[in-house]
Amino acid sequence: MLQSTAGAIRDDVARGRISAVEICRACLDRTASVNSVLNAFNLVSAERALTQASEIDRRRAAGETLGPLAGVPVALKDNLCVRGVKTTASSRILEHFVPPYDATVVARLTAAGAVVVGKTNCDEFAMGSSNENSAFGPVRNPWAQDRTPGGSSGGSAAAVAARCVPVALGSDTGGSIRQPAAFCGVVGLKPTYGRVSRYGLLAFASSLDQIGPITHTVRDAALALNALAGTDPCDATSSHEPVPDFTAALTGAIKGIRVGVPRAFVTEGVDNGVRTAFDTAIETLRGSGARLVDIDLPHARYAIPVYYLVATAEASSNLARYDGVRYGYRSARDKDQSLQQMYSRTRDEGFGAEVKRRIMLGTYVLSAGYYDAYYLKAQQVRTLLRHDYQRAFETVDVVAMPTSPIPPFKLGEKTDDPLQMYLADVFTVSANLAGLPAISIPCGFSGGNLPIGLQLTGRMFDEATLLRVADAYERVTDWHARAPEVGAI
Amino acid sequence: MSSSLTIADVERIAALAQLELTTEEKQLFTKQLADILDYARQLQAVETSGVPATAYVLGERVEREDAGRPSLAIDDVVSNAPDPAPAAGLFRVPRVIG
Repeated sequence: MLQSTAGAIRDDVARGRISAVEICRACLDRTASVNSVLNAFNLVSAERALTQASEIDRRRAAGETLGPLAGVPVALKDNLCVRGVKTTASSRILEHFVPPYDATVVARLTAAGAVVVGKTNCDEFAMGSSNENSAFGPVRNPWAQDRTPGGSSGGSAAAVAARCVPVALGSDTGGSIRQPAAFCGVVGLKPTYGRVSRYGLLAFASSLDQIGPITHTVRDAALALNALAGTDPCDATSSHEPVPDFTAALTGAIKGIRVGVPRAFVTEGVDNGVRTAFDTAIETLRGSGARLVDIDLPHARYAIPVYYLVATAEASSNLARYDGVRYGYRSARDKDQSLQQMYSRTRDEGFGAEVKRRIMLGTYVLSAGYYDAYYLKAQQVRTLLRHDYQRAFETVDVVAMPTSPIPPFKLGEKTDDPLQMYLADVFTVSANLAGLPAISIPCGFSGGNLPIGLQLTGRMFDEATLLRVADAYERVTDWHARAPEVGAI
Repeated sequence: MSSSLTIADVERIAALAQLELTTEEKQLFTKQLADILDYARQLQAVETSGVPATAYVLGERVEREDAGRPSLAIDDVVSNAPDPAPAAGLFRVPRVIG
């Protein structure tokens, strides 16, 4: 049952082959048995989940219409607000925060019949590539417990990989859905910027943040996107672009599809195992009828500096709201402290090192005398990078790259050198800077058991083609079906 | 353009960012931020004259009627505050006038 896809669970529940409560209990049991090892969940809302599940069973018994995700257990990254359920962003500053409202994605999943089983661990405020910046300890990779699951949505990816849930939501600002999906051997989709409402997502970098699903299969990602996508009056950046049925795109037919390969970009600094798996994966796509086309993305090599200037600038502004006044932690160091001291002590005590580092960097690049040289320059190079992709998409339908240049690395390996950690995002940040949809799908293993991801990037709002190519790859490979051994399944 | 930072620069930025950093944090960030800014200097080599800045990737113009809508209940809103004054519907802060 725990190996089931979301689609199969929904069908089984709808046909009465299994109850939503049974499914929910199985997921809760599995979560309880592996979480002490993985630390993937910050919170498990068992009682609430079982209540939601029995409501689905009641509806079915009453002959009421069931939603497209009826009875499907889902986990939510802990930066997504759920009314009445603690939402911390894995930060001390929000350790006891209980949102008074649901994020739009939570409302939509719930309306589709999904059952929320808990909140997953992540890097603090989604800032990190290894999940080691969580105030509640790192998540362990289900495939190799001395290694990182990736970040920042590490808990969501680990929870899906360990078969706690078939679907988890993550957020992706520079690769935070795709890189952990790659590291944990599961599917991770970052939709087009504007495709999914961010209302109720604790903001990191508003011109880059997107919410998306982490699943076992491309079909489940399409099913989840069906429920998540669409305009929302509560998020002015959500697009009015029509939302197709994404599962309808999964025809398996990719004959003639042009897959762009930025050879020069994906060669340098890439682990041998990753390179071999990538080369094999694109040959597999060719074998399924796709045409491989060499492309050039001349500004992609600047994506890391552009990203870390733009994202930190936006973060320094977004995180100004955490000031100890309206919600969250307040420093109690001195009862006679001034308002100013209260602000700055609250923030120093409440934020972790990486968040402070990024606030500092972002404040610096926006400050007088440095704005033009850093922030404006980064925004201009961002434009050139977008043009690179626009040109590439004149001749190709999707772009293929490894998701990460390296396989999952050891916990503690990069924590002393922030810049080395940032460089691990080299292949993922471009999609956010250009606003494009991108997906990571399992495409092999390095050194026997370290998962590798293939990343495909599509045109704006063309998730359909992206999913079609990813699904076609999945049909002729079985990497996605492999499961790590974490306790007994 | 050199981006080598001094402790004084870090103190100035920390004040702007409302962060009361410890001495150890100031030293650590001085080194780490300098490394990151040095790395970012490679952007100076890119020719960008006349290139517009991208702040936002969608062109859609989004407007709505300037009409009132229901808001969250005051009790719900102040319930997360570290020092709420729910009866008054206010957040309490340290004294700001002497």
